[in-house]
Amino acid sequence: MTNTLKHTDFYDNEGKPAWKAWLTTTDHKRIGLLYFYSLTVFFLVGVLLGLMMRFELISPGKDLVEAQTYNGLFTLHGVIMIFLFVIPGIPAVFGNLTLPLLLGARDVAFPKLNLLSWYLYIGGAVLALSTLLVGDGPPDTGWTFYAPYSVKTGTNVSMAVLAAFILGFSSILTGLNFLTTIHRMRCHGMTWFRMPLFAWALYATSWIQLLATPVVGITLLMIVVERWLGIGLFDPVLGGDPVLYQHLFWIYSHPAVYIMILPGMGVISEIIPTFSRRRIFGYKAIAYASLAIAFIGYFVWGHHMFTSGMSGPARIIFSILTFLVAIPSAIKVFNWLATMYNGSIDHKPPMLYALGFIFLFLVGGLSGLVVGALATDVHLHDTYFVVGHFHYVMFGGTGFAFFAALHYWFPKIFGKMYNLKHATRAFWLLFTGFNILYFPMLVVGIMGMPRRYYDYLPQFQVPNVISTIGSWITTAGLIYMIVVIVKGIRHGEKASSNPWNGLTLDWQTDSPPTKENFDAIPTVTERPYEYK
Amino acid sequence: MNTGASTFTQGVDMAFIVILSISVLFLVGITTAMIWFVIKYNRKRNPKPKDVKDNTRLEVIWTVIPTLLVLVMFYFGWIGYTPMRNVPNGALEVKATGRMWSWQFDYQNGKQSNILVVPLGKPVKLELYSPDVLHSLYIPAFRIKEDVVPGLSNYMWFQAEREGEFDILCAEYCGVQHSYMLSKVKVVPEEDFLEWFNTKEVVADTLESLGLQILKKNGCVACHSQDGSKIVGPTFKGLFGSQRKVTDSQGNEKTITADESYIERSIYDPNSEIVEGYSKNLMVSYKEQITPDEIKEIVNYLKSLNEKK
Repeated sequence: MTNTLKHTDFYDNEGKPAWKAWLTTTDHKRIGLLYFYSLTVFFLVGVLLGLMMRFELISPGKDLVEAQTYNGLFTLHGVIMIFLFVIPGIPAVFGNLTLPLLLGARDVAFPKLNLLSWYLYIGGAVLALSTLLVGDGPPDTGWTFYAPYSVKTGTNVSMAVLAAFILGFSSILTGLNFLTTIHRMRCHGMTWFRMPLFAWALYATSWIQLLATPVVGITLLMIVVERWLGIGLFDPVLGGDPVLYQHLFWIYSHPAVYIMILPGMGVISEIIPTFSRRRIFGYKAIAYASLAIAFIGYFVWGHHMFTSGMSGPARIIFSILTFLVAIPSAIKVFNWLATMYNGSIDHKPPMLYALGFIFLFLVGGLSGLVVGALATDVHLHDTYFVVGHFHYVMFGGTGFAFFAALHYWFPKIFGKMYNLKHATRAFWLLFTGFNILYFPMLVVGIMGMPRRYYDYLPQFQVPNVISTIGSWITTAGLIYMIVVIVKGIRHGEKASSNPWNGLTLDWQTDSPPTKENFDAIPTVTERPYEYK
Repeated sequence: MNTGASTFTQGVDMAFIVILSISVLFLVGITTAMIWFVIKYNRKRNPKPKDVKDNTRLEVIWTVIPTLLVLVMFYFGWIGYTPMRNVPNGALEVKATGRMWSWQFDYQNGKQSNILVVPLGKPVKLELYSPDVLHSLYIPAFRIKEDVVPGLSNYMWFQAEREGEFDILCAEYCGVQHSYMLSKVKVVPEEDFLEWFNTKEVVADTLESLGLQILKKNGCVACHSQDGSKIVGPTFKGLFGSQRKVTDSQGNEKTITADESYIERSIYDPNSEIVEGYSKNLMVSYKEQITPDEIKEIVNYLKSLNEKK
């Protein structure tokens, strides 16, 4: 990249060959971009697998693949989307790209550890994808690896599980890095309550990454131990307990849901005030809500197990706790809405994605209440209603927040601007396709279609056809968006350093930022978003 | 949606309607406000924002009201659910076996069936049993579902309130044929049920040999085909007397002949010799289910498969 700015920006390789400069970098922005490009690749693989699944489900009976292949498809779709895209997602890409900028720091606390996290991520990812090519076929257990099936099946479960184990370490180290950065590297005057809300969200997320991930790490290793050494942990034939596996798995994997959604909420909390020109309403309430979600989120795992033979009182307690975790999310939505009140709203693409997030997250969250209640969960558990629900939260929520963040920080990262008109159209195509793809899943779930079904009874066909058509529209929207972004990166017009008039520190430096982010470490005297 | 097909549907559907109504209210309200704000406070129309100060009272209000509302939702979920775990006295007890990949229902008088026949208006308790992996017995029309967990005694009950046939599906992923692990619950008037219940099965069905009936009764044919196609276990076709390449429990590979004693070992101790190309631990021992006499019948059937050509 040729640049004749007075400072050299962080794209400057300083005389090293490009591959070396990138693969040995400790610059948080470069590592963020390494994550960005690798996540995008895996996301597209996941989309492709999902498209194949939807095509298979267009009619009862075989349409595209055999049952065994289909079971491999939904397992890998889940593993790739969860462990390679949604969990690392916003923290690894946009946390790395912007956290030091938001805090007025030159880098994260442990830059080398940060690079190691990326290598662990790539190692885990390669291992996960290679289950497709080596061994006795891709794992066919679903991304949850429920025992005792995962102990008995002949497919390549051990390798997939080890991949998730390694990815866990990447996540733990990123959490540790961000926690230390937020505690130790805030610039002069940036007290806790002057931190941007995205930093607060990353802070809450990092604690979950650090404390919960080891539980799933050891649980997954226990599966490998059981498969290789025949030690009875989860398989009753060997003297184990399958319900124990579910407890251990969800003790991590439910908090992990908040690893996935909290950073997304943080992104939205940055975009709404910037595009409304308003001081954010209820700053402290939003910050505390992040912590509350992270905390209560530890105690609701049992709601994945209402029908698995857990004791009656436990089911009731987990149900009531599940309802309580909905409250801080509701508080955030109300505060975002109040921030728009009396503002001066500019509905440019980042704001559109943020508003799209609020709507889709609402559908996801509210449908979550249906499965949080005991009576209705018994009917809907393990049906397509749950599949619809978590796609609204994970893709409509986290996914749209990811796209919002991409459109928001794009000019900062690339120093250019994408075509706003086309980006807006891509949003509407994606948003429409999304609802056609996932809303029928809620309906067919209520009708009683279980999830992870290769084939289905004829009465379930109409919603399935609509959903499959939706998958094509969604894919078209994604392709449109990617074209707009790629064109923006390559030929976009030069952007000013602060095109959205943001008040946080990330906007007070060059676009793209210099290697060390700031010429002099800034001093902060008031809260973020003080539009007056 | 079969409202009223069992005594649970009312409570479940009530909870659903309560939660759905509140949810739709919030979704529509918030979305409308959002669109209204975007139009009304658009930058073109409203170039200068007006500062609005934080308001603690408002924060408290929109914390307390949703809390009360979710507690209402919890309450309806709870009262709709409580009866599902309290089995009335005198319920008809049936052992429901879920295995890869079929359902089997054993009544207390020894009656056995692949579909669940129950009397109308009488409570039925299912004792759930799995010999292999997790399954989940799901009857959407009755709004009930409970996991069938190997090694754990779990139960469910229901009282059917409408005659007819309703789908039973497996809701917990259990392997390649998961979506074909289907059955029906057939609800009949009590007299008809008793008549069915007290009729001894007609054993001498001339078309099927006894051995095949035993194999079907125990669900063997879900994994072992009769026509040479490969499912999860080796096919029965051409099995008897063939040379098998197997791996024993010490990991040694050897070739053995599939004779009577091999068939018996494969049924009673299936993991001691694994045929090349198949997975260990998928099958459990059927020592409790299949008697040595029945094995003789199975062997006769396997022999007859060879004679057919």
